Amino acid sequence: MAEASIPVGSTTAGSIAVAAESTVATRMSAPPSFDVADFPVPHGREEEWRFTPLERLRGLHDGTAIAVRDGVRVEVEAPEGVTVETVGAGDARLGKAGTPVDRVAAQAYSAVEKASVITVPKETVLTEPIRISVQGTGETAYGHQVIELGAFAEAVVVIDHTGTGVLAANVDYLIGDGAKLTVVSIQDWDEKAVHVGQHNALVGRDASFKSVIVTFGGDLVRLHPRVTYAATGGEAQLFGLYFTDRAQHHEHRLLVDHNKPHNTSNVAYKGALQGEAAHAVWIGDVLIRAAAEGTDTYELNRNLVLTDGARVDSVPNLEIETGEIAGAGHASATGRFDDEQLFYLMARGIPAAEARRLVVRGFFAELVQQIGVPDVQERLIDKIEAELEASL
Amino acid sequence: MATLEIRDLHVSVEADNATKEILKGVDLTVKQGETHAIMGPNGSGKSTLAYSLAGHPKYTITSGTVTLDGEDVLEMSVDERARAGVFLAMQYPVEVPGVSVSNFLRTSATAIRGEAPKLRTWVKEVKESMERLNMDPSFAERNVNEGFSGGEKKRHEILQLELLKPKIAILDETDSGLDVDALRIVSEGVNRVRESGDTGTLLITHYTRILRYIKPDHVHVFAGGRIAESGGPELADKLEAEGYEAYTKGGTAQ
Ligand SMILES: Nc1ncnc2c1ncn2[C@@H]1O[C@H](COP(=O)(O)OP(=O)(O)O)[C@@H](O)[C@H]1O
Ligand SMILES: [Mg+2]
Repeated sequence: MAEASIPVGSTTAGSIAVAAESTVATRMSAPPSFDVADFPVPHGREEEWRFTPLERLRGLHDGTAIAVRDGVRVEVEAPEGVTVETVGAGDARLGKAGTPVDRVAAQAYSAVEKASVITVPKETVLTEPIRISVQGTGETAYGHQVIELGAFAEAVVVIDHTGTGVLAANVDYLIGDGAKLTVVSIQDWDEKAVHVGQHNALVGRDASFKSVIVTFGGDLVRLHPRVTYAATGGEAQLFGLYFTDRAQHHEHRLLVDHNKPHNTSNVAYKGALQGEAAHAVWIGDVLIRAAAEGTDTYELNRNLVLTDGARVDSVPNLEIETGEIAGAGHASATGRFDDEQLFYLMARGIPAAEARRLVVRGFFAELVQQIGVPDVQERLIDKIEAELEASL
Repeated sequence: MATLEIRDLHVSVEADNATKEILKGVDLTVKQGETHAIMGPNGSGKSTLAYSLAGHPKYTITSGTVTLDGEDVLEMSVDERARAGVFLAMQYPVEVPGVSVSNFLRTSATAIRGEAPKLRTWVKEVKESMERLNMDPSFAERNVNEGFSGGEKKRHEILQLELLKPKIAILDETDSGLDVDALRIVSEGVNRVRESGDTGTLLITHYTRILRYIKPDHVHVFAGGRIAESGGPELADKLEAEGYEAYTKGGTAQ
């Protein structure tokens, strides 16, 4: 990809700060809290809100979005051995993996009356995924889900968002020692939907967590996948794909907090954009605290801009408070569709539309292969083809 | 018999907000079964000629004609030219991340032949061509040109030449950057295609070295954006002995 040709208006900033003041912390206008009253109503110039069009949040940020009962339909399909509970807002497992970091997450936390808790008991190894369907009904809703894996349990969870509506939700992943969790969250919303979510993962000792975020739909989607470690030996892989069309706003704000020694993280997000006013935002914060010696981390964001009028803001940010690390790196690149690749393929007789398909499929291919859930992979490839079809 | 006819071709590029004429009236006729060597110093416009024939969007044809069996090539899109039988082995083949060689070759063959080749015979065809070019079978699973050495890229171009069997093959410095063994293997590939008698070859090169393996019927000296002199194989011997100086000093070059 021609990495030098950054489309007009797009930014790819990036920084590695060594032992400096934490910009991750100073970037937030209030400390994390479960209480919505602790966050002032954002006006849009705050660091954590400056890319987000507040007027399109439909009141999620200022307390005017009032939820209706069953504003989203949630259906859980779980294999035998898995416990699915509906609990009240006071359940101790809610918020254990992380605390809301902005006003919308705190609003969701404060507003929910019921939450779902899905538990995979210790040493239970699932051979079929747990499938959660979250279907918007056109209404406003707040949600909270907790997925807890006991020690040495293994599970794949697919969360599928469809329909339309306005949703703010928190999702917690509690991953026990030696457990392995893969979560695929698909945002396949209809075009008017608004979805804001904070995902908190607490990775246990020697546990593995793989998060795959796939965002295609919606008018505005803003997600905060966040990882912290409970002990040592943990591994987090955060993968993401987005295909941002005309007038869509897709924002992914990641944080990996290396708060404990000897853990690894690997972040890779790729996005394609097409159409007027398509806007993708990617913030990748990786924090390696003074105590986190032996950390190994890498983060990458790549964007492929297919047409004029699309905009990308990509900000990798790596903060290192200890010199005793195994490795740390970041990369961000935003490029236009490469005419030389197109020429090469067409010079072999391949028509333009098919050549473009090959290039875009190729761009996503490596990442798609890492998902490891075959039906999700197939659906993704079909979806990418359909998006391209619509543009050609 | 397929014939490529280039008449008074003028080509320019946009560079630094200025239009620069590179080809200044090229005349050349290549017939099926013939091999024409085009030899010239760096910067004389050889690649510009090759890219212009293939239809690269950077090059603007300001006047002249190119026809293949009377059909107007300049009117065709890049892929139409390829399907009409024009093949360009590039001096600098392009990487296409995430697209495997096997997928690429099959997609290309399907487009050129007008139907998907039968899987069984196709697999055999590819395997045999690769063996002849000394390419490891694992090559097919790699991404197009990604991480290929210079020699691997050139073999991959010749593999495509063998599989696509064009009417007119334009080989742009296929020899440069190859060691003697690779040069021999690549030349043998070109010769297999030539021996079929169905392909006309435009062999663009800077050096006479490759002409020991691929014997041209005609040799043209390219200088200053046009053909400065044409002759038989003996012209290559003269270039070998005297170099390009006579052409670049004489005012035909820029
Ligand atoms: N895309 C381009 N943009 C600007 N200048 C070009 C471009 N392609 C070729 N040129 C110029 O045209 C001249 C001929 O180049 P080229 O055709 O590559 O020559 P050769 O292949 O004989 O070495 C050179 O001066 C080169 O700098
Ligand atoms: Mg050249």
